[in-house]
Amino acid sequence: MKGKQPSLNQSGLASSAMMKSRRRFVQGLVGSGILSAGMTAAHSVYGASDRSDVRRPEELRGKIFNLTIDEVRVNFTGSTRSAAAINGSIPGPTLRWKEGDEVTINVTNRLSERTSLHWHGMILPFQMDGVPGISFPGIAPGETFQYRFKVQQSGTYWYHSHSAFQEMTGMYGAIIIEPASGERIQADQDHVIMLSEWTDEDPMYVFQKLKTMGHLYNFNQPTLPGLVRDIAEQGLGAAINKRDMFNVMRMKPTDLADLSAETLTYLINGITPAGNGTRLFAKGERVRLRIINAAGNTFFDVRIPDLPMTVVQVDGNDVEPVTIDEFRLGAGETFDVLVTPTEDAYTFFAETMDRTGYARGTLATRQGLTAPVPERREAQWLSMTDMMGNMSATGQDMSGMDHGSGDHDNMQMDMGESVRARHATSEFGPSTDMRVDFPRTNLDDPGVGLRETNRRVLTLADLRSLNGPFDHREPEREIELHLTGNMERYSWSIDGLEYGNSTPIHFRHGERLRVHLHNDTMMTHPMHLHGMWSDLEDADGNFLVRRHTLPVQPAQRVSFSVTADALGRWVWHCHLLFHMDAGMFREVVVV
Amino acid sequence: MKKVINTLAIVLALAIGLSGAAGAQDSDHQAHQAADQDLEMPLADDSEMNHEEMNHEEMNHEEMNHEEMNREAMDHSDMNEMEAGSLRDPHAYSGGYERASGPYSLPEQPQVMLADEEVFAGLWMDRFELVDHENGEGAELEGYAWIGNSYRRLLLQTQIETVEGEVESGEVDLLFSQAISPFWNIRAGLHRSFGETADRDWLAIGIKGLAPYWFEVDAALHLGDNGHAAFDLEVEYELLLTQRLVLQPRIDIAAFSESDVKLGHGSGLSTIKTGARLRYEIDRQFAPYLGVERVKSFGETAGLLPLGSNQTETHWVLGLRFWF
Repeated sequence: MKGKQPSLNQSGLASSAMMKSRRRFVQGLVGSGILSAGMTAAHSVYGASDRSDVRRPEELRGKIFNLTIDEVRVNFTGSTRSAAAINGSIPGPTLRWKEGDEVTINVTNRLSERTSLHWHGMILPFQMDGVPGISFPGIAPGETFQYRFKVQQSGTYWYHSHSAFQEMTGMYGAIIIEPASGERIQADQDHVIMLSEWTDEDPMYVFQKLKTMGHLYNFNQPTLPGLVRDIAEQGLGAAINKRDMFNVMRMKPTDLADLSAETLTYLINGITPAGNGTRLFAKGERVRLRIINAAGNTFFDVRIPDLPMTVVQVDGNDVEPVTIDEFRLGAGETFDVLVTPTEDAYTFFAETMDRTGYARGTLATRQGLTAPVPERREAQWLSMTDMMGNMSATGQDMSGMDHGSGDHDNMQMDMGESVRARHATSEFGPSTDMRVDFPRTNLDDPGVGLRETNRRVLTLADLRSLNGPFDHREPEREIELHLTGNMERYSWSIDGLEYGNSTPIHFRHGERLRVHLHNDTMMTHPMHLHGMWSDLEDADGNFLVRRHTLPVQPAQRVSFSVTADALGRWVWHCHLLFHMDAGMFREVVVV
Repeated sequence: MKKVINTLAIVLALAIGLSGAAGAQDSDHQAHQAADQDLEMPLADDSEMNHEEMNHEEMNHEEMNHEEMNREAMDHSDMNEMEAGSLRDPHAYSGGYERASGPYSLPEQPQVMLADEEVFAGLWMDRFELVDHENGEGAELEGYAWIGNSYRRLLLQTQIETVEGEVESGEVDLLFSQAISPFWNIRAGLHRSFGETADRDWLAIGIKGLAPYWFEVDAALHLGDNGHAAFDLEVEYELLLTQRLVLQPRIDIAAFSESDVKLGHGSGLSTIKTGARLRYEIDRQFAPYLGVERVKSFGETAGLLPLGSNQTETHWVLGLRFWF
């Protein structure tokens, strides 16, 4: 222990420096990520060492691709950091493929550690899937690995590192696959909108800190003044009721994201909100936006004020068009929307689910135009629905419990058919801080923070695959998996067992099986199964939509069927990287 | 500072290796298989299951892993929640397949190792403060270094009080902490208390965790030679005035079975410290604070105070909470 106590004066100084850097985290630097080294003088105000060598992503076409992973310097916040970039850009190059082609991708590792690239959502041989230790050994420093596979699908996908937290340090890029029969969705403009996040901290240290304090980055916790306000407005009983269950269960009602804008800066195509990346259109044109969430730990609520979006494709699969004003996008999900702008400029606004920050860009008829940037909304508390699931099934009278949590609409929502969860024997120990006995099975809930709005907000229930169902067989068997965790210990698991204690899940080759993912936590988990599609079903078993990444809300049960047609070893995990690395991860064996 | 922590981490790592606690990281497959087989138990009968669990724990102590921990805790606390036949075996979907062996696996290659199998370490300094005693300026520190994972940790914990630069009293613990439920850990190890003129060694056993309504509780029983016993209870609460301004009330109760003049305490209830610290979290890791603490001595302990001392002393503290 060195040094003495700091004086209050010192801490005051530190505090104001902190506030300054905090603003920079939310907004980021104007020039960050997009300027070449030659232009860094523009923000030399932050010091001579503040430079960025990162480039804009290129678009690569053809059948043979050469990708090099190397370290680059970036500066998103005013501080120069080292990042891992694919071909020198963040995001990496956009890869344009054609359905039916055999593509060859040579990936060279110039980092000092092992790396990998995973083709997210692609149907391919398991050896080409890019998960180190499962599909292949990974790519050692200095080595080149050749991926080669036939492209059997079309649509918008993405790729990213599957090694440790490399994805969070810049290793992600878009994949656009043209259908063999030509593009079905006609658009005049076609733009990739890749959402991601950046932290100046070492992701591994961030993870370690969460092990000490799970709510480290939550600066929206219940406070004493908040309690006093609620008592004044709603009375003592209601104010206590609103908090009681959370306090008994030792849960934070605002536990909406593990990492917030306290450490993250949110990016669109590698550009900060202040940088305001701009995509162009001509008035009256039909614009296709391929929106990809490549963030490691963030859900975005996406909207374009005054411009309705028509969702035409989800996770690469065409859906019946549905026109909405806002949708929630989980890590790993992709949504293609069509918009027909009639004004000169619109703000593309991707607010984080925890409401601490946003990614922002502009759609405009020419460079330099901007539209108003919306205010961030206040974070809503998780509701009793998020904690208890189907409350009508539990027979508990929760009337009054929800006062003030802004969840009145939800009280009227039909929670779906009452099913009783079958917990695993391993869910009764230190790894699992909560269990939901009666999950909600309805899919028409947009989720916390989006429930009370006049906007049309997309829900899972709104999605219908065109041309589905793709496998008409009735599932031969059902499996139930529970998403579990302990926020105080910052442990995440499936069935209460972290990956290190788990056994693989066996799919019989060729079988059709049904999966029930049941969420025993208070966070939403985007669950990504590699190698095979997840065919989402409603609670009655009717096919809805084909997905590769399915968000499961707190206390919710989401059911889908899988056609186990892909021999080999695969993985299945929460696409929130920290949850994945904490152990919410399974190996899948298809034999 | 970082070097010191690294060194400490290495020392602790060695200690944890020697104590066999590294078994917590064990992902040995045979151990696994054994656990799997044991898990295929008849779920229809609770009593039979308990029986099997007991046998299993007796026979397989070395193979203790998280699953067993989980099941152990389940047996103790949650059995009544388990209705006959309503639980699943978490390994039932494996079809007998294992990770890293069998068809399509890469047994020769480096395996996936996620953070759940990694060892973490940190330092938590709860109180690092200047104390305005009646009999002079003092300083206190209370904190610990830890190494381990989510469920098992080795801790080197210390609490030291100085007055006018002289160590007046202190404690050092070397503890092994084991999670027994989502919010509670049992801790056991060695405890050394030292005063101005004497040291005492004790065995320590305790429980630390988070009670409903967010009360942080740390209770420890110390057993010394000659049948001496000491009990220490600390309870803290965090009241957020804003997102960064936090008022932390705290109570610390000490009691002893026998009096010990050299260490300055009598038998029975010895002292109760009640305090409140108002800290400002510049970030969550670094928070200066200002506080007030009232120390009341009871019974024989009060009688052992130096002449002219008050049974109750109230003093200001100015300090820093920080952690890595």
